[in-house]
Amino acid sequence: MLDENGAVDPIVYDLWHVISAIDDLVPGKVEQTRLLGETLHFVLDGTGDAQVWSGSADSAAKAQKVQAQIKYGYIWAVLGTPSRDIFDIPEFAEPGRRNMNALSVGVHTSAPRVVENFLDMAHFPFVHTDILGEEPHTEVVEYNVSYRPEDWEILANDCKFYQPKASAASNEGVVADYAYRVPHPFCAVLYKSSPDDAVRLDAIAVFAQPLDEEHVKAHLMLSVIDHHTELDKHIRLFQQTILGQDKPILENQMPRKLPLDPRAETPIRADKVSIAYRRWLRDLDLQYGVLPATAQ
Amino acid sequence: MSDPHLQWHPIASSSDLIPRHVFHAQLLGQEMAVWRADDEYVNVWENRCLHRGVRLSIGINDGVELKCQYHGWRYSNRSANCTYIPAHPADAPARTVCNRRFPVKEQFGLIWTALEDGGPFDWSERVLQGFETLRPLPINAPADMIISALGVADIPDSAEISWSQLQAEVKTGAVVLKGSGQFGLIFFVQPVDTARSVIRGLAKGIGENTTRHLRHLNTVLTNLRSQIETDAASKPAEAPIEPTYTRVDAELATMPDRGKAAADGTRVRVLSKTPTATDIMRFELAALEGDLPTGQAGAHIDVHLPNGLTRQYSLTNGPGETSNYVIGVKRELESKGGSECLHDVVREGDVLSVSVPRNNYPLRRDAIRSVFVAGGIGITPLIAMAKTLDAQRLDYELHYFVRADDHIAFRDQIDMLTGRVVIHTGLSPDDTSAAFEKIYAGFEAANHTYICGPGPMLDAARSAASRAGWPDDAVHFEYFKNTTDIDDSSSFEIALARSGQTLTVNAGETILQVLQSNKIAIASSCCQGACGTCKVAVIEGEVDHQDVHLTEAEKQSNAYVMTCVSRAKSGRLVLDI
Repeated sequence: MLDENGAVDPIVYDLWHVISAIDDLVPGKVEQTRLLGETLHFVLDGTGDAQVWSGSADSAAKAQKVQAQIKYGYIWAVLGTPSRDIFDIPEFAEPGRRNMNALSVGVHTSAPRVVENFLDMAHFPFVHTDILGEEPHTEVVEYNVSYRPEDWEILANDCKFYQPKASAASNEGVVADYAYRVPHPFCAVLYKSSPDDAVRLDAIAVFAQPLDEEHVKAHLMLSVIDHHTELDKHIRLFQQTILGQDKPILENQMPRKLPLDPRAETPIRADKVSIAYRRWLRDLDLQYGVLPATAQ
Repeated sequence: MSDPHLQWHPIASSSDLIPRHVFHAQLLGQEMAVWRADDEYVNVWENRCLHRGVRLSIGINDGVELKCQYHGWRYSNRSANCTYIPAHPADAPARTVCNRRFPVKEQFGLIWTALEDGGPFDWSERVLQGFETLRPLPINAPADMIISALGVADIPDSAEISWSQLQAEVKTGAVVLKGSGQFGLIFFVQPVDTARSVIRGLAKGIGENTTRHLRHLNTVLTNLRSQIETDAASKPAEAPIEPTYTRVDAELATMPDRGKAAADGTRVRVLSKTPTATDIMRFELAALEGDLPTGQAGAHIDVHLPNGLTRQYSLTNGPGETSNYVIGVKRELESKGGSECLHDVVREGDVLSVSVPRNNYPLRRDAIRSVFVAGGIGITPLIAMAKTLDAQRLDYELHYFVRADDHIAFRDQIDMLTGRVVIHTGLSPDDTSAAFEKIYAGFEAANHTYICGPGPMLDAARSAASRAGWPDDAVHFEYFKNTTDIDDSSSFEIALARSGQTLTVNAGETILQVLQSNKIAIASSCCQGACGTCKVAVIEGEVDHQDVHLTEAEKQSNAYVMTCVSRAKSGRLVLDI
């Protein structure tokens, strides 16, 4: 949200946001994107570093340079003065994992709506029918949520959900274990049990790039246990199918900005993690992409 | 011009509401989901699910309910009450989960609504018979600009009709064109938003060569649209109307533990009273005005009788059967005056007071196998459950134990069920137990059974299920009454965690009475520990359970107390109220 002076919400202005996956780029070719309503240009230079600038496309030298860094296979940029480092995803550095950008997709909604959808299990049987869920197995059993605002982290664990097709090889349904982290107002990481690995979990992160308050580009980063059996394109296709099912739902969610007024929508016990998320955004006094709670 | 929010406006053509479809309409910035149920009732609702704001216009109209695409929440035809929340299949949704409804009328091939009370619908008398509904024409212009333009528009003559001789009269929200002949036009202008409108027209006297006339009028209106849109584009545009979203009920704003029913009631008229089996009378109860709150499968209502007694009866209504409540009343031989009064005193046309439906016997719809076991009049809630599974095409079996054929109640409704129905007639207690053994042989995960009937039969069914390995949480039951002798000799303290009060319950008093006499609102119904309405969560202390509602496991967990009969074993109970 812009204040009277046209300044963007300082909380999000001073945070690192993803602006592009590295995989999608040709070194030396200048690309254009938007972040928090501002047009940005960027290029991967010969040394593999990212140059990002606002204003005209001409050259990085002439325009206003924007701080950038590469992490988890993406270019991150910050328009203001970074208030915090990019959060840690330790799995990314673990051996035996395959890391990739599964997709970057534009969605006509706010970044918090995307994050909330990512944290939601109850929609699996209805939106991801026969993949991540199926009727009549619709129950969301109690799970734990810990909300630690001082650590900038919401954690949900002991989440369980019945899934009809746990892996490409299996025809039987299993109860999959999930855990979720929200370490950034516009990013979340989920951990999911992998059918072929009893100990380690697949990690999937969503980085919601706020183009403006009601448009995002959702980037999905995978750090999955590498079984050397599946092709990258099959793994990507699976995630693209999932997001392709979420997109029309998200684009029909009104209002597009996430309402923080507790009486705007009806939470149920299954929404514990999103209740904590909305509370966190309220406590942060975040303004961008949300409808702030009105004074009662 | 008067406030457009207080007027009726057309928002759709009747032909837009094709079966099992949801139409997306908009009036003065307000989006609406418009759908026709199989009983022809037209619903006009705020276009969003109360849960997470997804448009209901992308939902699924199954003929009796609207199902949200996102999490499968179901909303009932007419009442807009939420009837099912799949993420919590064992809970009944709170009655206050109810979408915003707008008033509706269907006239002249158009669907009409008003944002607020539309007042009397005064077009009926002005518009005579014999009008054709024109194709709706959307225009990017404000409604008042369109009305002014229509008021002075030249409508060229066609071969048979001299349209140009019509005299235009500008009304509120419409332009009426009248002449001396048998033909005429009315253009209603629907204000979609500040700069978007739809002309919805009626034409009279075009019964012959209709297509040619419709084509002529369409050309006229299309040309007019170009002019008006050019005109509108040259003027400064008003900002679109900021949509408003109705806030949900305050009690829904925090995460609820369990749906708590409010204590208000409604008055109903006895529409019919007919015998349905030996000693069983079927009552159909209709609202005096408006719609009745929708009961979910398994729900009961309190019926307040003319003799001052209150009795609980389960609804047999299935999804979509929202216009009346249908209950079955068995004449009890040892009646204390309840069933006797309904059988002998209450007549068709009488007015009774009833509570809102309360559901302490919810039906899970996530089972692989659902087994219904009914004894005698215990069939009533199970009929509602079977109809609900039928509506969702889910499988079940229904075993109905009766003394003799003439004791089979609601035969017509049972014949309509599509699940497997087995009627066990005239079995001895031993044969009944043997039948239970067979029914419950082989428990598997996600099997659920629902038992309702007389106490001894219910006990036998529960023990058969238990012996066959059915866990407590798979066996759902509802006793008619609590036959336990209640021991109310203890006295103890109750501490109310949320309000910070400490109260004393003396011998001879119940927790419920003490709460109510201290003005603490708590819903109650049967007052004998059978129905489950007055259940309260226990934070600390040991409960002396005397009810027949909780399962053994629930009793041992010490998590809840039925405040109407149960007491404390410890000197103090801390309650979550």
